[in-house]
Amino acid sequence: MAGTLGALRDTRREWMINRSRLIAAVLALIAVLGVLVYRYYSLQITQHDDFMTQSDRNRIRVEVIPPTRGQIVDRKGRLLAANKPTFVIGVVRERSEDPAALVGILTERLSLTDRELKAFQERSDRRRPFEAVPIKLGLDDAALATVAVDLHQLPGVVVDAQLTRDYPYGEALSHVLGYVGRVSAEDLAELDTERYRGTLHTGKVGLEKRYEPLLHGKPGYQHIETNAHGRVLRVLEKQAPVPGKNLRLYLDLDLQREAVAALGDQRGAVVALDPLTGGVLAMVSNPSYDANLFVEGISYSDYAELRGSLDTPLLNRAVQGQYPPGSTVKPLISLGALARDFITPDTEIPDPGWYRLPGDDRRYRDWTLRVRGTGHAETVDLRMAIAESCDTYYYDLAHRMGIDAMAEVLQPFGLGQRTGIDTTGEQDGILPSTAWKRAALGEPWYPGETISAGIGQGYMLTTPLQLAQAAMVLANRGESFVPSVVHRVDDLTVGGVQRPPIPMDDADWQAVVAGMVDVVHSPRGTAAVIAKGVGYQIAGKTGTSQVVSIAQDAIYDEDAISERNRNHGLFVAFAPVENPRIVVAVIAENGGGSGAASPVARQIMDAWLNEASDA
Amino acid sequence: MPEYSRFFEGSDRDFARAQTPAERLHLDVVLLMPMLAIMTAGLFVLFSASDGDWDTVNRQIRNFVVGFAVLLVVAQIRLDTFQRWAPTLYLGALLLLLLVPFFGVGAKGAQRWLSLGVIRFQPSEIMKIAMPLMVAAWVVRNGLPPRPSTTVTTLLIIALPAAAIATQPDLGTAILVGASGAFVVFMAGVSWWQIFSGALAALACIWPAWLFLLRDYQKQRILTLFNPEADRLGAGWNIIQSKTAIGSGGWSGKGYLQGTQSHLDFLPESQTDFIIAVLAEEWGLRGVLLLLLLYGLVVSRGLWISFTAQTSYGRLLASAITLTFGVYVLVNMGMVAGILPVVGVPLPFVSFGGTSIVTLLLGFGILSAISTEKRVLSR
Repeated sequence: MAGTLGALRDTRREWMINRSRLIAAVLALIAVLGVLVYRYYSLQITQHDDFMTQSDRNRIRVEVIPPTRGQIVDRKGRLLAANKPTFVIGVVRERSEDPAALVGILTERLSLTDRELKAFQERSDRRRPFEAVPIKLGLDDAALATVAVDLHQLPGVVVDAQLTRDYPYGEALSHVLGYVGRVSAEDLAELDTERYRGTLHTGKVGLEKRYEPLLHGKPGYQHIETNAHGRVLRVLEKQAPVPGKNLRLYLDLDLQREAVAALGDQRGAVVALDPLTGGVLAMVSNPSYDANLFVEGISYSDYAELRGSLDTPLLNRAVQGQYPPGSTVKPLISLGALARDFITPDTEIPDPGWYRLPGDDRRYRDWTLRVRGTGHAETVDLRMAIAESCDTYYYDLAHRMGIDAMAEVLQPFGLGQRTGIDTTGEQDGILPSTAWKRAALGEPWYPGETISAGIGQGYMLTTPLQLAQAAMVLANRGESFVPSVVHRVDDLTVGGVQRPPIPMDDADWQAVVAGMVDVVHSPRGTAAVIAKGVGYQIAGKTGTSQVVSIAQDAIYDEDAISERNRNHGLFVAFAPVENPRIVVAVIAENGGGSGAASPVARQIMDAWLNEASDA
Repeated sequence: MPEYSRFFEGSDRDFARAQTPAERLHLDVVLLMPMLAIMTAGLFVLFSASDGDWDTVNRQIRNFVVGFAVLLVVAQIRLDTFQRWAPTLYLGALLLLLLVPFFGVGAKGAQRWLSLGVIRFQPSEIMKIAMPLMVAAWVVRNGLPPRPSTTVTTLLIIALPAAAIATQPDLGTAILVGASGAFVVFMAGVSWWQIFSGALAALACIWPAWLFLLRDYQKQRILTLFNPEADRLGAGWNIIQSKTAIGSGGWSGKGYLQGTQSHLDFLPESQTDFIIAVLAEEWGLRGVLLLLLLYGLVVSRGLWISFTAQTSYGRLLASAITLTFGVYVLVNMGMVAGILPVVGVPLPFVSFGGTSIVTLLLGFGILSAISTEKRVLSR
């Protein structure tokens, strides 16, 4: 009995212990459950808003849609700077099992350069998770087909289409249009980074740079839902980008190509203006380069070659080249002299073939002295002085006017100052005067320097565009416009900005223009060679500018000096003389004389006037 | 017979009414009802987590069916049979565990599987069941409450397989298997001073364990718990994304099948270990609380079965199985919510997976057997 009772007591005790342990276990469970519930409450109620935002940020990405860059077309609407679809090959690290090996495969297949790999590395360092990092840019259809056709099958490789700038006419227009290049860190410092999010290129030089704010446009945005792998599932909200504005140029593609052809291998520049608007019909600087090279980043060796070339292909000679204008200033000096009554059209000056300042032994030679051993004639009047480019006449005139009066009369024609053309890098040149020399060189003016200034030599420097602009004033008999490459930005006309006209007697214009007509159309004119078979009247002026100064009494011998020391040949002209429709300025670097320049002008004017189908 | 049965409270009423089909099958309806509710809800969550993949849902149903078959069979077994066979089962499982390092096949740097031709299984899963069976048998055999010497031998019985599992390495399972044995010891009435000294000893083991036992990835998981932001795309990704999923669910959730975190693949392991995050995102806190309520019902019933069990063995076994089940739920939900390290513990009856479901239902079969044992005795 006691045994049974003991067993029962044991059972009872076991049961008691068990119950107390059960209660302890339940209490422990409830305590842990309380912590758990509190945790879920805290996540789902207290921090709900934060996590909701987090969740949205996870799946919703604001993506910038870069605007389409405005295109550039010529006066007839032909595309000069277009947007070409190209392909970008990118790498998404998260989707590749072995990113390093993948990059290796791509390097081999795409023949990636060290520069491309370095750029890829830099972009990779800034990437977001699941973002495709471009490794090869600017592949066109053909390249994609040959080299990358099955690449998208590799995990981690994405092939994306995008628009890149394309200059279909390459070298012919590089100096006019300039080019775009990859947005660099320096660019971002001055650009509005908000507007350039997602944009890969920006204008670096030329029109592309000058009109950058208009060409660029405004980016759009879209809220896209993506999954964890970055795949876009749907667009939730979209604000379309505003495309950049299109530029319509005054420039005529055919004329531009004619000018390129006319210059041929000749180093130099051509500027053709429309005298009625100041619009640039053609602007060539030779040699040139292919702007397309710069779009995706020019290779170091290519750039070094362009940069180091003696021919300075990167220099836009039309606006950046500074040359002594030579005799092309003579018509302008004449107009000033007529206006200020230093001469009349009938004033005659004796011409022995040289000029000597009173009380000075030094002889200033006329160019005829070398050719004919004598002057142009016994006496020379204005018309003949211009037609035959009589130096003696202008030595004398310059001496009588003095350098400051000469600077004053040349200044309204825009010599020695930027024209304000709508491109980049334009240079001033120099219009010398006593004040200029004191300021620039800290020296007094010497009378002898006035004499050479009279024939556009010495300190005087002008750009081909300035010469063309001055010729436009002559063509318009005083009317002047700011030279402009761009005619319209979308529908807004930006070209044809008028300057205050230069008031001058009609007779004075007539006298000078008559001389310029004789330059071409008189048998003794300095550009008579181009008169043959011409179907319209040309008014022109030749010029030769010295690259090296010739010692006193030394004879200039073309053959004896090296090519790069030969004189530059210049020619400015407008046509037809009455009712002019084209103005041309040509400089043939080291061309020897104006004979290298004037046929170029003729060819361009022929192209424009004979085929002119639009006014 | 009637006079004998008077010893047992309420037994007249048992005899007064006819046996229901469930009783005849040895099934505990009160235990199974909330369990079936959890399974049903789980299938819905799985459907969403698998992005509407019927195949996954069908396979899970198949897992349930197989598990139920096991449950039905196990529920018929008499408790003393378990008690008798426990050492054999335990030693067999231990042997298999020890074979794993030599014949095992691995995945992700851990060897956990044994392959028997077509069937691959984890000996550690068998040990989940064998451990409480064995420990309960051992302590009951040596007399309750356990004497200190019994406690020591019991701890050895627990530690041996736990260590074997930990070296696979599968720290999570090792801890849970160890815990299921420890619960038996606790319920058996080991004195509190023994418990506290044991706990102190365990704490003292943490430092050397960190230095010598834990692998780098395990340390990583624990460190990640404290600072998931340190490696947003790597180790911290899972926990950040699961917290985001849970937190963005709010009170009422984003709606069924509307969870962006899971449907857009931000949530890792969304069909298995992290499935509670899918439920929390789509059904909100109220869904979480409802699920916890169902689990609470299951655990309550399990503890009631323990409370009313006829034998010490049944009591100990029922409480150990039930508490382990509760710990599974808490550990899983705790790790997904970022308050426990990420150990591979599925959410019972909700996470996708064949082995764990069969093991769980096997345990519930034992619970059913215990629950109906009294009636067997009383007959």
